[in-house]
Amino acid sequence: MQTNFTLLLPEFLIAGLGFLVLGVDLFLPTERKNRITATIAAVGMAAIFIFSFIFLWDRQDRLYDGIYMVDRYALIFKGLFLAIGVLVVLMSVEYVGKKMRHPGEYYALIVFSVLGAVMMAASGELLTAYISLELLSFSLYILVSMARGDKRSAEAGTKYIILGALSSAILLYGISILYTTMETTDFRFMAATLSVNFKPSVIVGLSMVLAGFGFKAAMVPFHMWAPDVYEGAPTPITAHLAVLSKAAIFALILRFFAETLFLSLDQWQITMAIFAALTMTVGNLVALAQRNIKRLLAYSSIGQVGFLLVGVVALNATASNAIILHLVGYSFTTLAVFMVVIAVENHTGKEEITDMAGLASRSPLSAMVMTAALFSLAGLPIFAGFITKFYLFTAAAEADLLWLVGLAVLNSVISLYYYLNIVRQMYIEVPADASPMRVPRLTRALLLVTFAGTVLVGIYPGPLVDIIDTATSALGPFR
Amino acid sequence: MNYFERHILETLIYLPMLAALVIMLLPRQRQDLVRQTAVLSSALLLLGSLYVFFAFDHSAGAAPFQMERAYPWMEQLGISVRLAVDGIAVPMVLLTGIVAFTGSIISWRIDKENKNFFVLFFLLVAGVYGTFVSVDLFFFFFFYELAVVPMYLLISVWGSSSTFPTFQRSKEYSAMKLTLYLVAGSVLVWVGIIAIYITAGAGSFDIRVLQEAARSGALDGNFQRVIFPLIMIGFGALAGLWPFHTWSPDGHVAAPTAVSMLHAGVLMKLGAFGIIRVGLTILPSGAEDWALVLFILATVNVLYGAFSAMGQQDLKYVIGYSSVSHMGYVLMGIATLEHLGVAGATLQMFSHGVMTALFFAVVGAIYDRAHVRDIGVLNGLAKRMRWTSVFFVIAGLTSLGLPGTSGFIAEVLVFMGAFRTEPILAVLGVIGAGVTAVYILRLIAKVFFGPMDKQWEHLPDLTKKEGFAAAVLVVPILFVGVYPQPFLRIIDSGVALLLSGF
Repeated sequence: MQTNFTLLLPEFLIAGLGFLVLGVDLFLPTERKNRITATIAAVGMAAIFIFSFIFLWDRQDRLYDGIYMVDRYALIFKGLFLAIGVLVVLMSVEYVGKKMRHPGEYYALIVFSVLGAVMMAASGELLTAYISLELLSFSLYILVSMARGDKRSAEAGTKYIILGALSSAILLYGISILYTTMETTDFRFMAATLSVNFKPSVIVGLSMVLAGFGFKAAMVPFHMWAPDVYEGAPTPITAHLAVLSKAAIFALILRFFAETLFLSLDQWQITMAIFAALTMTVGNLVALAQRNIKRLLAYSSIGQVGFLLVGVVALNATASNAIILHLVGYSFTTLAVFMVVIAVENHTGKEEITDMAGLASRSPLSAMVMTAALFSLAGLPIFAGFITKFYLFTAAAEADLLWLVGLAVLNSVISLYYYLNIVRQMYIEVPADASPMRVPRLTRALLLVTFAGTVLVGIYPGPLVDIIDTATSALGPFR
Repeated sequence: MNYFERHILETLIYLPMLAALVIMLLPRQRQDLVRQTAVLSSALLLLGSLYVFFAFDHSAGAAPFQMERAYPWMEQLGISVRLAVDGIAVPMVLLTGIVAFTGSIISWRIDKENKNFFVLFFLLVAGVYGTFVSVDLFFFFFFYELAVVPMYLLISVWGSSSTFPTFQRSKEYSAMKLTLYLVAGSVLVWVGIIAIYITAGAGSFDIRVLQEAARSGALDGNFQRVIFPLIMIGFGALAGLWPFHTWSPDGHVAAPTAVSMLHAGVLMKLGAFGIIRVGLTILPSGAEDWALVLFILATVNVLYGAFSAMGQQDLKYVIGYSSVSHMGYVLMGIATLEHLGVAGATLQMFSHGVMTALFFAVVGAIYDRAHVRDIGVLNGLAKRMRWTSVFFVIAGLTSLGLPGTSGFIAEVLVFMGAFRTEPILAVLGVIGAGVTAVYILRLIAKVFFGPMDKQWEHLPDLTKKEGFAAAVLVVPILFVGVYPQPFLRIIDSGVALLLSGF
């Protein structure tokens, strides 16, 4: 079968963009590096975003006999990842200017991590998925430890690399076991073998693969790295980790589960349901005790992983729609939260929850966006979180998992408590320094964009869901 | 249908949102402009509500749900924005209009960040209207949750803490307690709603479609028996159902005056309305199974609220607990599952809403001037605050059910329904009304009459605006008390439809 390389054009362009940023960086005077490389990366990704949608909208193919998928599912995620990439690059500009010495490499690595994520969503078999996952992870390893001179960043980077390498090894070992048993790593061919009762070797292999994926997604009990890494990483990279790497791993998990494990649903459903229940409960309960806002967001994002896993457990067409919709809403919302955290950190250099005190009078816009985003994470209307969770839970109820729905909603209430504590800091506590906070124009624009996204998904998700529907129907069992 | 009839319900939701948006864009220094915009918007809302009330056709052959409007919203789940009112929703819409209008007049005095206050206030109003006029279960819940969103900030920023030597309660504590209670209540509702939607299998959230599904047997008796308590307790928490009521006195006391008015006056009704709209409409056989439990809890509500009110030292806590007690009558009326009882409950929702709003408005005015709410210290206020006393006495007499006030009609209807179904519990309910008379009259005698302490000699009476707002609230109390027919006819049409499912 002839392989149509032009369908890979967006991927080539993203890779090219990464090298372009690296190359341009060499020829720029130090003081102008930051703005110019950031502009190139952001504009480039935005252009590729538009190009991909125009170019690939009606294309569909299985490249290299199904190793690499070109379908609506991959396209929608490509769009999401590129959009996240653009926003993260723009969010970083001021921070990088203040704290980092190598802007060119920084932005180039963000572009490469987006490439890794894009390929994860398009992988049709396990080894391609593994390589894409490594591309994403390696970019992130460097990015996390990139704040040179900051001990916490170095510590976080070391932890992340060691644990990440361990989990990759486990994942790879799991893949090899699956391959020796089934003689294929293709999602669709594996499905045929898996439809009968699992052999012991399959159980071992699948568990290892699941552990590898679970580590990347920060699923309990593989979540231990997340708080330390989130806290130590440069804040825009924490945002990148919380949004891009989470969305990417769920893009992969959803495709893998739908294509490979759909037929054997009743063999693993209850196990995964327990993982989902554990993940959201542990994440939300431990979040209650946090003082550092980045650690708090780490645990709250573990809670969100639990909600997403509820969708994976349900695994029907509604759930697939719901997971994608939740990822979109969650991305906007989380980026809004981090934009505020970054703005505060740029101004004060601090990141404790108590440092948010009096934000409502120091910068009313930041406080409003933060409040809206936190309410959205807690799942209150008119924000994205309400409808996306409602969708997820409806899907779970369709799969007869009403108990899991009850637990998930209860978790939302717990999360509301610690989110409200941040709101309380912003609106009620009196700050030590009450002077107005400087919010640059770019930051203000980003706050408004992410806020608009959060509200828009919350009040008018119809058209978005129509598009997501087409992504879902690209997956085998939901066609 | 003319133009107004087609668009009035959506206007009632969009208008407060628009008001919130406009106020958000006003400069924060122009406090008077903010106030004028707020009062003007809420006056328009009141006019809209009055229009709904008078345009509603309650004649025998008329459609049960009127002024219907539907837009598709998310077809994958069968969710539409579907707005319509029946005879039970119409009085609630009017109540919201009255309380929102008077509340925004009373809030004229707020000068701390009043722009943000009104933004949140109108968001709350939008949520309340939305809940009352939605007949799509998803949007019903959407607006119900929306009404919870602004509460935390409204109470913790603009509220007041209680500080007594023996009793301290910060406004942040009360705000957090209220928010978590209401959201925890909606956990049960959320699960219940999703279970109803999935089990009915009709692919629609339209309440009438779900009701049909229940009648055709898709929601069988067992299912209803399991789900009804979720709905009853979930919504009941917001209605102040004992033992899930403890957020209510704390929250109402800590809230700023206008928010207390809106919360005790209208928001608690959302809970009772939810039990009717979701519980009784969609799960009739579940309601029959659980009616006795609800009846008993409601009776505890009445007595417990009344006796607690008797023991309070803080004027606002008295009103707070009396709300718990009065919501007991509403729940009791609902638990009768009988025409007079449910009609009485609906009328009591309206009557109590207006009366409590009046109570909180007057108590708020006293607190603004005296900076004390301690019953032990306040005395003889009638000598200086003449109109304040008049309005408080009117509210008090309504509360104890004096003939000629709306409270009398509503309570009589509830008791008539109750005596037909559970006579013994009904007797206990009547005793509760007696206890109410004791604490209200004692309170009036102590605080407003008798000798006056010197320190109160310079207290000014109500301003013109406050007097006007209070007078607006008195009108429906006396109107319903003297001539309840227009209200009862509308309510009857709704109740008849509701109970046809039993």
